[in-house]
Amino acid sequence: MTLSTTLMGMALGTLMALPLGAAERGADGEVRILYWQSPTTLNPYLSGGIKDNDAASLILEPLVRYDPTGEMIPWLVDELPTLENGGVSADQTRITWRLKDGLRWSDGTAVTSADLRFSWQYCTAEGGGCAQVAKFTDVVDVETPDARTATVVFSKPKPFPYGPFVGAQAPILQAAQFAYCLGTRAPTCTEANFAPIGTGPYRVKEFRPGDVVVYEINPEYRDPSKPNFATVTIKGGGTAEGAARAVLETGEFDYAWNLQLSPDVLLRKQARGKGKVISAFGSLVERIAVNFSDPDPNLGAARSTAAHPNPVLSDAAVRRALSMALDRRLLSEIGYGPAGRPACNLLPFAAGDTDPACLQQDLEGARALLDQAGWVDSDGDGVRDKDGTKLRLVFQTSTNAVRQDFQAVIKEWWRQIGIETELRNIDASVFFGTDPGSPDTMQRFYADVQMFAGAYDGTDPENYLASWTCGKAPTPENQWQGSNVSRWCDPAYDAMAAKMAVTGGIDARTTLAKAMNDALVENGVVLPLVDRGRVSALVHDLGGVAINAWDSELWNIADWHRIKN
Amino acid sequence: MLNYTIRRLTMALPTLLAISLIVFALMELAPGDPMARLPLSISPEVKAQMREALGLDAPSHVRFGKWLWQLGVVEPSVWIDNLFGTALAEGQTRMISWQTRGPVMQLIGQRLPQTLWVVGLAYLVGTMLALPIGIWSAYRQYSAFDQIATGVSIIGFAVPPFFSGVLLILLFSVHLEWLPSVYDTTLQVSGWDSFTQQLRQMALPVAVLSLQTTAQISRYMRSAMLDHLGQDYVRAARARGVSEGGMLLRHVLPNALVPVVSVIALGLPQIFAGAIVTEQIFRVNGVGHLLITSIQANDLPTVQTITVLLAALIVVSNLIADLAYGALDPRIRYD
Repeated sequence: MTLSTTLMGMALGTLMALPLGAAERGADGEVRILYWQSPTTLNPYLSGGIKDNDAASLILEPLVRYDPTGEMIPWLVDELPTLENGGVSADQTRITWRLKDGLRWSDGTAVTSADLRFSWQYCTAEGGGCAQVAKFTDVVDVETPDARTATVVFSKPKPFPYGPFVGAQAPILQAAQFAYCLGTRAPTCTEANFAPIGTGPYRVKEFRPGDVVVYEINPEYRDPSKPNFATVTIKGGGTAEGAARAVLETGEFDYAWNLQLSPDVLLRKQARGKGKVISAFGSLVERIAVNFSDPDPNLGAARSTAAHPNPVLSDAAVRRALSMALDRRLLSEIGYGPAGRPACNLLPFAAGDTDPACLQQDLEGARALLDQAGWVDSDGDGVRDKDGTKLRLVFQTSTNAVRQDFQAVIKEWWRQIGIETELRNIDASVFFGTDPGSPDTMQRFYADVQMFAGAYDGTDPENYLASWTCGKAPTPENQWQGSNVSRWCDPAYDAMAAKMAVTGGIDARTTLAKAMNDALVENGVVLPLVDRGRVSALVHDLGGVAINAWDSELWNIADWHRIKN
Repeated sequence: MLNYTIRRLTMALPTLLAISLIVFALMELAPGDPMARLPLSISPEVKAQMREALGLDAPSHVRFGKWLWQLGVVEPSVWIDNLFGTALAEGQTRMISWQTRGPVMQLIGQRLPQTLWVVGLAYLVGTMLALPIGIWSAYRQYSAFDQIATGVSIIGFAVPPFFSGVLLILLFSVHLEWLPSVYDTTLQVSGWDSFTQQLRQMALPVAVLSLQTTAQISRYMRSAMLDHLGQDYVRAARARGVSEGGMLLRHVLPNALVPVVSVIALGLPQIFAGAIVTEQIFRVNGVGHLLITSIQANDLPTVQTITVLLAALIVVSNLIADLAYGALDPRIRYD
């Protein structure tokens, strides 16, 4: 796939550029981009925030990027190493990268394999607090046989070795610039963090953290005819609503990022005719997670631990009924509009074989299912019960207008099938915070069901799917750290996760990933709701934009250009 | 007077210390986590390492002590180093913002210019408008002018900037397309063109902010003038044949200004504090924007430093107001 995709990409890029005659570097002046959450650093290894990764991606580049369809495309290398072409060793413990010829940093020095080795050392140095350290899991060494060749050595076979130096989160840093910033000194290297030297189309001209970044062309950029824009400004601050206004209504800016606004607001602004709304879908799925442990406050310290199964939700029929009562199409439409698609699966590539019944709300069926399972309304108060236990749920999520709308609608659907729901919403910084002392985090999960959005990095879901294994459950013993918030534990699933860790070959991995997705969804561990995309807006005369949910949204900024009438 | 000033300044130190302790405790006890905004794909273990790298794992008294040391000793030494080329601060870690990993003082330094330009100008414009409006409203109480001024003041008090700001944007930026809705902080005023551009981009935020200032101060000015206009010395001055203008400006105004000056002086710190809402709407990104984004990101060093600097400014403005009394009214003496 690699070569053909690249060629096609190049051909497309040329096609877009040709009729305009914009083959001259910097001929299109300035492009103004609005990120309402402002970039606060330009070193993605220290931040992890999307806004910072995107702002850094104009400067720092990885060896391989993802294109808008999630395919890997060689970026600073000529060829993607695979088992077939010998780039990945037969035992899958070594992957050898060969840098493009003549690559230079923006200060004019050559990019060498030593920079790759250094980037690994930088992120894994003790005390550095590198946000992307997971990308370098199991890497024991980066060997540098010659200046253009680097071999990443793993401690065990890596069926998917494309973690280090792949995607916007793990770019290459210049060893010379960051040499004195290892470990605990990393946060204090302000000058380097605010103006990294990179290989990308631009370099920093001025950076005011939290306010604005101004970029100018990197004179050493490898393509002499690009980029088309001489300067790029990324302005931050304000709200998503204001950002949409500045592009779609006043046209002061060319591009606005992440416009999570209610669909009717976006469409109304678009109707003014200055620009258009675009979206892209990645792996971000809004879902309801089910708690398999009992969150009853009377249990004290044993609350929400595996020792006490959930009295209601341990019944598979109840979980199934909860899912059947949902109208996913309606949720997607009212909550996300152009930025949403109804979802029945956690993995986007599993969506092809979705059971169409899942998209259909089935209140009758849900009621019948509960009746069969013995949940009946014995005292006539509208709430079903069984053996003295009432079908009452606590439903929590973070504070956010769309989520509260969802809660209200879902509560009503569940009421119609005889389930009473109590709603809670918690400030996002607490809910998503990992403070082990707080009772309101999503890890503690002191509720029966909770709603949030989750995604995985890159395109390989191995780690993401492994987060539902038994050992990953947050417990008081591990200070409530862990990703299996449902505390679901199924040996069969753990076995599939173990198999995933040793399976090579893209097709075999995809089949296994689908099976794991089905296990999660069919067992009702998670109820996927909406596949959430990124929504951005651009003015009509900005060309070359290819919005990308798998990599930085600004991944191909070198191809952006002004459309002349 | 000097003794009094020194005494007041000495008393300010424990006040500031108490304020910083309270701010620290509030931020410490408030729920929240500086890593909460990171994507969920970053695992809790990595987040824990990132917190450690920022020194968040140290006990609170150690962190408070470290912050005090950095604010009181390291940052002033850096400042002295910059001025005189000395090397007092060498080897010392500066106060680092958790959000940006850059020195907090540098951030504040970057944000101050636009805040001073916009909020400062708005305060100046607002005050310059408020004084004559207040004087004339009091002199012609219940006239049409007074009624209109009162009406406008009530609107200024009642309409919040998040409404008036957006209203002005809709009118002047979206429909008429006369003025920009986004403030460009990188604009360098170097000639006539960039100066007009600066005026254009300041017009809307200054209008929103000065409406509020005018409303507030003109009401104070009006009532202070009214208190004095009915007094015997005014009647005596009129009886002596002093012209109306001279009576207003030379006799009544200096007396009426005393309380108004203290209100104006106490409002001065807000010029440095910036205007959280207005800065956000027009993307002025000054100190107010820095404060609110730092609060949202749980960036404790930045929040703490800004609040304590503001507290210091408030203490100083109080002192200035008290000293100004003495200058305006010879009967007030502090020694």
